[in-house]
Amino acid sequence: MTLPPPRATTQPGAGLPSIGRRLANLGLALVSPRGAVFLLLLVLLVAIALLNPRFAEPEQFIRFIQRVAPIAIVAIGQYFVIVSGEFDLSMGSLITTQVVVAGNLIGQDDARILPVTLLMIAIGVIVGVVNGLVTTLLKVPSFIVTLGMMLALLGGVFWWTGGAATGNPSDTFRQLGRGGIRDLPVIEFLPWAVVVLAIALAAAIWFSKRPFGRAMIAVGDNVETARYAGIRVWATKTAAFVISSLSATIAGVLLVGYAGVHPSVGRGYEFIAITAVVLGGVVLGGGRGWVVAAVAGAFALEALFTLLNFADIPSTYRDAVQGVIIIAAVAYAAVTFRGRRQRPSRLAEPPAPSTSPPGEEPVVSATPAGSAPHPSGPDGTTQQGGQ
Amino acid sequence: MTALAAPARTRRVLTTTAIVYLALVAVIVLGAILVSVVANRNFFSPGNIRDILTGMSVLGLFAIGQTLVILGASLDLSVPFVASLASLLAAQTMAGGTGNIAAGVGIALVVGAAIGFVNGAIVTGLKVNGFIATLGTGLIVKGYLDTNYKGTAGSVPWEFQLIGATGLGPVPISTLIMLGLAALVALALRYTRTGHHLFAVGGNAEVARLSGVRTAPPVIAAHVLSSVFAALAGLLLASRLGVGSPTVGSQGGYDLLSIAAVVLGGTLLLGGRGGVAGTIGGVAIFAVIDNVMSVLQVNPFLKDVVRGVVIVAAVAIYTGRAIQRRRPRFSAKEELR
Repeated sequence: MTLPPPRATTQPGAGLPSIGRRLANLGLALVSPRGAVFLLLLVLLVAIALLNPRFAEPEQFIRFIQRVAPIAIVAIGQYFVIVSGEFDLSMGSLITTQVVVAGNLIGQDDARILPVTLLMIAIGVIVGVVNGLVTTLLKVPSFIVTLGMMLALLGGVFWWTGGAATGNPSDTFRQLGRGGIRDLPVIEFLPWAVVVLAIALAAAIWFSKRPFGRAMIAVGDNVETARYAGIRVWATKTAAFVISSLSATIAGVLLVGYAGVHPSVGRGYEFIAITAVVLGGVVLGGGRGWVVAAVAGAFALEALFTLLNFADIPSTYRDAVQGVIIIAAVAYAAVTFRGRRQRPSRLAEPPAPSTSPPGEEPVVSATPAGSAPHPSGPDGTTQQGGQ
Repeated sequence: MTALAAPARTRRVLTTTAIVYLALVAVIVLGAILVSVVANRNFFSPGNIRDILTGMSVLGLFAIGQTLVILGASLDLSVPFVASLASLLAAQTMAGGTGNIAAGVGIALVVGAAIGFVNGAIVTGLKVNGFIATLGTGLIVKGYLDTNYKGTAGSVPWEFQLIGATGLGPVPISTLIMLGLAALVALALRYTRTGHHLFAVGGNAEVARLSGVRTAPPVIAAHVLSSVFAALAGLLLASRLGVGSPTVGSQGGYDLLSIAAVVLGGTLLLGGRGGVAGTIGGVAIFAVIDNVMSVLQVNPFLKDVVRGVVIVAAVAIYTGRAIQRRRPRFSAKEELR
C-alpha cells in the first residue's frame, strides 16, 4: 500500500526499460502530485515508527488501519463525487444520521439488525439520489444541494430524537466496527473494519476501470464532450452521489461499532474527506484523480495526526497542521499542473509561456517514447487514458 | 413571477435581483398571514420588525464579503474563524475601557485584512482553489484559537455594547451600518475599475487576462474585503455578547450560511454574475423565515430542515434562469442544455 508506483502500471507497452530508468520513473512518480501523497505517507509512517517503535509492530499497525478505515471509506465516496466535478457536503451529517438511526432502532434486539441495516442502506441511496437528481436535473450547484441536505438531515434526525442521540445498538451489530478475526499469525487480530476497507478499495479500483467509472471521470473533465460521447451525464453524476452516500453509510456502521452513538460522530467528516481526497492529488472541479491516492491521502492525514500525538503536540494544533498541509498539497499540485486546467471553462490551448511549470518537463521527457503521452496531459495525470 | 421578469430581460443584473425581492415579498406576505392566523400576533409590530432586522445584521455583514469573493469565482470558508478572532482581539484590546475602542476595532480590522490578503495571495499566487485555500487558513486560525483560548476573554465597554443594542425607532444601528456598507460595496462594484474587473475575472479569468486585465488584484481585494467584513461581524458579535468568544463564529455556521444567502440572492456560485443588492434580499429572506418560525415556536431542529429545503428550492428557481442567461454570451454550446 505504501509503494504503488503508478507509472509502472500506466506504461505497460513501453518495452522493457532499464532498471535505472525504472528507478528514475519511480522517483519522478513519487515527486509528481499524484505520487507525492505516497511519499508523504511513507515519511510520516517512518517518523512515527522512529518516535514510537511499537507502532511498526504488525498488531499496532493493523490497529492504525482500523482507525483510518472509516475516514478512508468516506474518502473513497467523496473521491467519486469530486472526480465527477461535484461536492458532497452532506456526508458527515449522513454518518451522524445513520449512527443515530442504528442506535435508536436496533437497540439490544438482534432480530432487528437486518431490517434496520436495509433501512440504512435505503436512506443512503435516497440521499444520494436526491442529491444527484437535484444537482443534475434542477441544475442547483451541488455545493448548495448537499449543504441543504446537510441541514435537513441533521435537523431531521435531531428533531426525531429530541436533540439527544441516545440508544446503543446490540453488540452483534457493533462487531463490524470493533470486532475482528482473532488468533491469527503475525498480526494476531484482523479487525473487520480493515476487511471492509480492503473490499471497498478493491471494489472502487475495479469500478474505476469499468466503462462507467471512466465515464465519471470524463464527465468531471468536460461535461460537453462527455455528453457528445454518449454519456448520460445525469445518471453518471447521480451514481457518484449514491456511491458517496453509501460509503458514508458504511462508515457510519463502522463508527457505531468503534465509537458508539453520539451526536458528534461524523461531524466534520465531509471536510476531512475532501482534505484526504485533495491530499491524494485529486483535482477539485473533476476529471483528474486516482482512487488509491485518495485513500492514501486519508492514511496520510491520520498518520499526521498520530505523529502529532506521539510528538506531544497539543491536539488543538491538529486543525492548524491540517490547514497548512492541504494548502501546501494543492499549491504543489497546482504549480505542477498549472495552465492545464482553468475552471470552469477553458479556451482552446491557453497555457501561457510564463506559467510553464519547471517540474513538468522532466516528467514528460522521462516518459518512455513508446507510450505516447496524451497531448494535453503532462504525464501520469492521464492515468485513465493511458491504461 | 415570469411575467414580471420577462420585460426586464435586457437589464440582467436587475432581473435576478427583482426575482429575489419578489420572493422576499412573497415570503413576507406568507409569513404575515401565518403569524397572524396561527399565532394571532402582528407580524409588522415594531418589536417584530426589530427582531428581523437584528437577525439580518450579522449574517448580512458576512454575506456582503462573501458576495465579493463569490463574484470573483472563489469562496471564503474562513469567515467564522476570522470573526471569532476579531471578537477576541477587540475585546482583549478594549478590556472594558472606553478609550480603547478605536484601538480594538483597528486591530481587529487590520488582522482581518491581513488574513484576507493571505487568502487572496494563496488563491491567486499559488493557484489554490478558493475552497481549499480558505478551508486551510480557516483551520489554521481555528487551531490558533483553540490553542490560545479556553473560553471567552476580554470585555468590551458599555459604549461599544450600545452599537449592538440600540436603534433608531425599530431599526437597529447595526443593521443601518450593515445596509450602509452594502450600499458602499454596491457602488464600488458598479463604479470602480476593480469592481468591473472582479466581474470580468469571475466570469472568465482567461478571457479577462487576454483582455488585458490583471487577474490577481481584484480577487485579492475581494478576499481582503471578505475578511474585513467577517471581522466587522465579529466586532458586532462581541458588542452583543460583551466579551470575545473563540466559538462565536463557528457556532453560527456563518461560512456555509453566508454562501447560501449569497446564492439565494441570485449570485452565480461560479462567479461573474450577481450583486450585493440580491444578497441583502437573500439575507432578508433567511431572516424573515427564521423569524416566522421563531414566532410560531417551531422546533429548532425542524427549523434547520426548513432552512435546508428553502435554500435548495429557492436556488433551484434561480439557477435555471441564471444559466440560460449567462451562457450564450460566452459560448453557444451551452445552449444545448
